[in-house]
Amino acid sequence: MTDQQTAPQYEVLTDAPLLQTSKLTRHFRIGGGLFSRKTLHAVDDVSLTIGSREIVALAGESGSGKSTVARLLARIYAPTSGEIHFEGKRLSDIKGRADVLRYRSDVPMVFQDPFASINPVFRVSHGIMRSLKLHRPDLSKQEQLAEAQRAFEVVGLTPADEVLHRYPHELSGGQRQRVGFAQALSMRPKLILADEPVSMLDVSIRIGLLNLMARLRDEQGVSILYITHDIASARYVADRLVVMYAGQVAESGPMEDVLASPRHPYTQLLLSAVPDPRAELKVGAHTDHGEPPRVIDPTPGCRFRWRCPLAIDICHSVTPELSELAPGHHAACHVAQSGAEVKAF
Amino acid sequence: MSRTLDDSLTAGTPAGRAGALLQVENLSAEYVLERGNILAVDQVSFDVAAGEFVGIVGESGCGKSTLLFGIARLLAPPAHVSGGSVRFQGANLVGLTDKQLSLVRWRNMSVVMQSAMNALNPVTSIGAQFSDAIRAHGVSSKEEIAQRSAEVLRMVGIDPLHLKSYPHQLSGGMRQRSMIAMAMLFTPDLVIMDEPTSALDVVAQRSLMVQVKELQQQLGFAVIFVTHDISLVRHFTDRLMVMYAGQIAEFGPTGQVFESPLHPYSVGLLEAFPSIHGPKVPLTGIPGSPPDLGNLPEGCRFAPRCPQVMDRCLTTEIPLYRVGGVQVRCLLQEDGEVVSD
Repeated sequence: MTDQQTAPQYEVLTDAPLLQTSKLTRHFRIGGGLFSRKTLHAVDDVSLTIGSREIVALAGESGSGKSTVARLLARIYAPTSGEIHFEGKRLSDIKGRADVLRYRSDVPMVFQDPFASINPVFRVSHGIMRSLKLHRPDLSKQEQLAEAQRAFEVVGLTPADEVLHRYPHELSGGQRQRVGFAQALSMRPKLILADEPVSMLDVSIRIGLLNLMARLRDEQGVSILYITHDIASARYVADRLVVMYAGQVAESGPMEDVLASPRHPYTQLLLSAVPDPRAELKVGAHTDHGEPPRVIDPTPGCRFRWRCPLAIDICHSVTPELSELAPGHHAACHVAQSGAEVKAF
Repeated sequence: MSRTLDDSLTAGTPAGRAGALLQVENLSAEYVLERGNILAVDQVSFDVAAGEFVGIVGESGCGKSTLLFGIARLLAPPAHVSGGSVRFQGANLVGLTDKQLSLVRWRNMSVVMQSAMNALNPVTSIGAQFSDAIRAHGVSSKEEIAQRSAEVLRMVGIDPLHLKSYPHQLSGGMRQRSMIAMAMLFTPDLVIMDEPTSALDVVAQRSLMVQVKELQQQLGFAVIFVTHDISLVRHFTDRLMVMYAGQIAEFGPTGQVFESPLHPYSVGLLEAFPSIHGPKVPLTGIPGSPPDLGNLPEGCRFAPRCPQVMDRCLTTEIPLYRVGGVQVRCLLQEDGEVVSD
């Protein structure tokens, strides 16, 4: 409809993946004062792709820029430079209200805190009906209600018509997070941005939501960007893994390939720290306290070099580019790219 | 209680202690609310030996934090200890006045809270907060305070320069480690930790756990460690308590609980974890959610979610049974000796 009228304006890539970012960058000016010109490089040159029917896990420690990426994709922030293509169209070309609304319903977001993201004074039907009114005005009120019920049933909130009439405080944390997914789903989205959707939930409930995400992919054909610092849960649902460090992509590739042979020292550190009751405790890398990286006015060079036991001269002067080391498996590490075996942690 | 700072530095050797350091007996704690009283901790009994590392796990709302606060006498209205006793080094903490408690706190027992962001005062430096705690226990020599503060900070791997830093200038991991340093000021006999790592990412979390374990082995204090992440405690705790709906579901040596869990809830918790090793297996988690403590089901509190539920579970109040070295509250283990009703 609307996008057909305006389509000729767009630079359309054929056979484009569902979503693609190229050199996506977001900086924040920090510190007050006229003369303080410090810049925080939250996201630097991030290029990633998300295919259709694919769950991509975006992993990294706090402060690695993974949530900023989600906010850039959700158009909460505008990029400092770089571009996002959605279905081949440049995001910066999507401007009219109808088109922006359309994009937001194609790419909704599910938030981390199910207690803060639902208005406590309204019944849970309030939020989902409001978004349906906004995004699906073509439906009658009856149809909108039916759509809300369908979404609630898909996420396992049954009986849907009864749950819709409850207040948020009558639901458990897991149920509230399902409400978040139902709201996203009612817009018939193509890509759900899920920012740590399970990290505030109890372990017993987490699995149910991870299973739900896999089912949404398999049965509804939805893609999901799953942002997490929990690699084990990422492995459980995701097809591909993207590891971020200090605002940049350190490594990306098919999930099992990255787990089987992580190429970047940071990925190795991250994997070695995952608590696993079934595995032996590996001590040795514990001298690394997990200090956050320096992303305020960073100088050229690898941002992991301060923590990397393998750092060589070039790491201090040249920022490593992401390059393909195995089919579909990329890493940004000078040592790995030189062909040497990387065994840092 | 008349030890000086120097005494308490040397008193931390494991050889100097024997027997149970802490004896919790039939401890109950309730919240007094308008809609009725809610029993969040229901007659919990356990001992902690000197130098022992005890983990407590369970879902949110199972009463683990309330139990911890009950032990440390930190419950504030509407919550209060409604029964039982907490004997620590011979004294019953439940009967002590605030003044008597303040002698024990920091010196013999310290508490590390969940969020160091909120536990540290944002408007004074780390050093000032350390010195407050030290001066509260009668040490006033500036040199001694500075020396001890620097020492404990070094113990947790932070440069003593940071005594001048304010909390916002430190990373989450450093803040949490400086909280632990503060807990070490008097080398207490017992350190109580309420989810100290839950706000950290995996690398910082592992580093902190290893650090706590090293300090504990080196200084010989006992630890009660509460977490909702059962995978975290496997390698660090000696004994593990699984709590459900305010009661002990299972309690025993950590290795035994992990390798052959007896309570279906422990089994469920352990199976709810995906792994990054081995083949990928579909998991189910535990269906449903913990019961409302104000409206408990009759019989076994886990029955509505239990995959092995029997008819009798719905009507019988389940006692704790002792099976081998493990206590477990489940009718499947009723051949065991009854520990408590």
